[in-house]
Amino acid sequence: MAEILVEVQNLRKEFAGTVAVADVSFTVPRGEIVGVLGANGAGKTTTIQILLGLIKPSGGKVTIFGKDLERHRIEILQRSNFSSAYTGLPSNLKVWENLLIFAMIYGVRDHRQKIDALLEMFEITHLRTKITGNLSSGESTRVNLCKSLLNDPELLMLDEPTASLDPDIADKVRKLLRRIQSERQITMVYTSHNMRDVEEVCDRVLFMHKGRIIAEGTPQEVKDKFKQTSLEDVFISVARGGDVLAGGGEEAR
Amino acid sequence: MNWGHIRALVLRYTFLYTRSVPRVAEMFFWPVMDLLVWGFITVYLQKLEHQPPALVTFLLGSMIFWDILYRAQQAVTISFLEDIWARNLLNLFVSPIRVSEFIVATYIVGFVKILVTVGILAGLALWFYHWNLFQMGLPLIPLFASLLLMGWAVGMITTALIMRWGQSAEALAWGIPFLIQPICAVFYPLSVLPKWIQPISRAIPATYVFEGMRQVLRGEGLSTHEMMWAFGLNVVYLIGAGLFFNYMFEVARDKGLLAKLGTQ
Ligand SMILES: Nc1ncnc2c1ncn2[C@@H]1O[C@H](COP(=O)(O)OP(=O)(O)O)[C@@H](O)[C@H]1O
Ligand SMILES: [Mg+2]
Repeated sequence: MAEILVEVQNLRKEFAGTVAVADVSFTVPRGEIVGVLGANGAGKTTTIQILLGLIKPSGGKVTIFGKDLERHRIEILQRSNFSSAYTGLPSNLKVWENLLIFAMIYGVRDHRQKIDALLEMFEITHLRTKITGNLSSGESTRVNLCKSLLNDPELLMLDEPTASLDPDIADKVRKLLRRIQSERQITMVYTSHNMRDVEEVCDRVLFMHKGRIIAEGTPQEVKDKFKQTSLEDVFISVARGGDVLAGGGEEAR
Repeated sequence: MNWGHIRALVLRYTFLYTRSVPRVAEMFFWPVMDLLVWGFITVYLQKLEHQPPALVTFLLGSMIFWDILYRAQQAVTISFLEDIWARNLLNLFVSPIRVSEFIVATYIVGFVKILVTVGILAGLALWFYHWNLFQMGLPLIPLFASLLLMGWAVGMITTALIMRWGQSAEALAWGIPFLIQPICAVFYPLSVLPKWIQPISRAIPATYVFEGMRQVLRGEGLSTHEMMWAFGLNVVYLIGAGLFFNYMFEVARDKGLLAKLGTQ
């Protein structure tokens, strides 16, 4: 059994009346890519932001690298990283300058080499001296991903990393993430409402609905559980059937 | 405190502020415009038949000193806003940077920006109006330091308010210093203010600085006692502002506001 990198126990988060995360427990072993799947509002972003220490949970416990998140936040963040389609980097800095700053923040030793290697890996060496604000969304997503790998994170959290990408680039990014995972054994927690993402990239899926995990397993297991042929169908039937299907899930157990 | 983190942030601001014409212009434009207005007012008043006391020349000092306070506050708040505008806040908050390191970096950047601005104002005042800021000599240092400390404290409070109430609170960043301006005896002595306001003024460190500046310019020297008051109050305010900021940071974490600020 691989080492458990992330352990989430009975996580709960309420925002003034709204229950964003009702009761979520899961573990992520080292080297696995876990997809957190679910419709808009299912609680994916809230969950990942709790794992990043950005949101304080109302209840439950998060342990990462065997350490309590609330007490060892900085230490954990030093060994993790994050990328999202919704964040940016200072727009009037050049790409390499932005990466240099983050390399310094994470205390990367040979930052020059590191940055060059990452730019090459994402096939964006030509963007090195470009002004960050002038990049297309696909380009800036890849720069964000470079940033998120600067410190060779053991745990990489991705919130809808392919959300703003065209299908071609999204496909490239998925393949890259897969490659990174197999080459470096990086553990990833990956949220998405895109079925392709999840089927292609993730070893295991946590299917969230209204703040709960209603199904968990390999993409195939989740499909079987709901007796559907694709995750997309699972997604649609859960979204439309709501709690009824959550009940259907019980049946299949 | 990790100095590597602070160095990285300061380098980032250096890139940020030297790269952009509007940001560089910001450091000069308003201060220089203010200097021109107050300078010519001074020139005009001196030409009047019934000459007002030499005190009038203090207006230039008041203006420059006010700018130090204002810029110190702005530098802290704007550095934070820059990261909101760039949607970069999340990247910083999920990095191993401590909030205290972030704040210290904004202090350092603010300090450097103010040195540049004051240097230019002092040069222009001397050139245009033959008014020498450095005639004040050594007392300039504690006066300057007090304003800087107070600006930092106010900057931290405005930043905390923006963290809590989002960009709709942005107006506070520009407005809050002007809430203090009328009562901290910037352009006129404390004695001009109504009796009941004076105790409030005395609770503001800047009041002692502006009073002290006029004393020094009158050749009376700086009162150590008053300066102690200014520093004492500043320490209290800085600690208070730090606690307030920390509290607001936790509130923001509880309400999930950090993420919102960083992505919207
Ligand atoms: N900061 C917040 N304040 C209030 N409600 C929030 C906040 N963040 C998320 N929510 C609510 O919590 C629920 C889950 O949101 P979220 O985690 O963003 O879902 P997802 O990422 O799966 O789309 C939604 O109903 C959303 O409106
Ligand atoms: Mg989301």
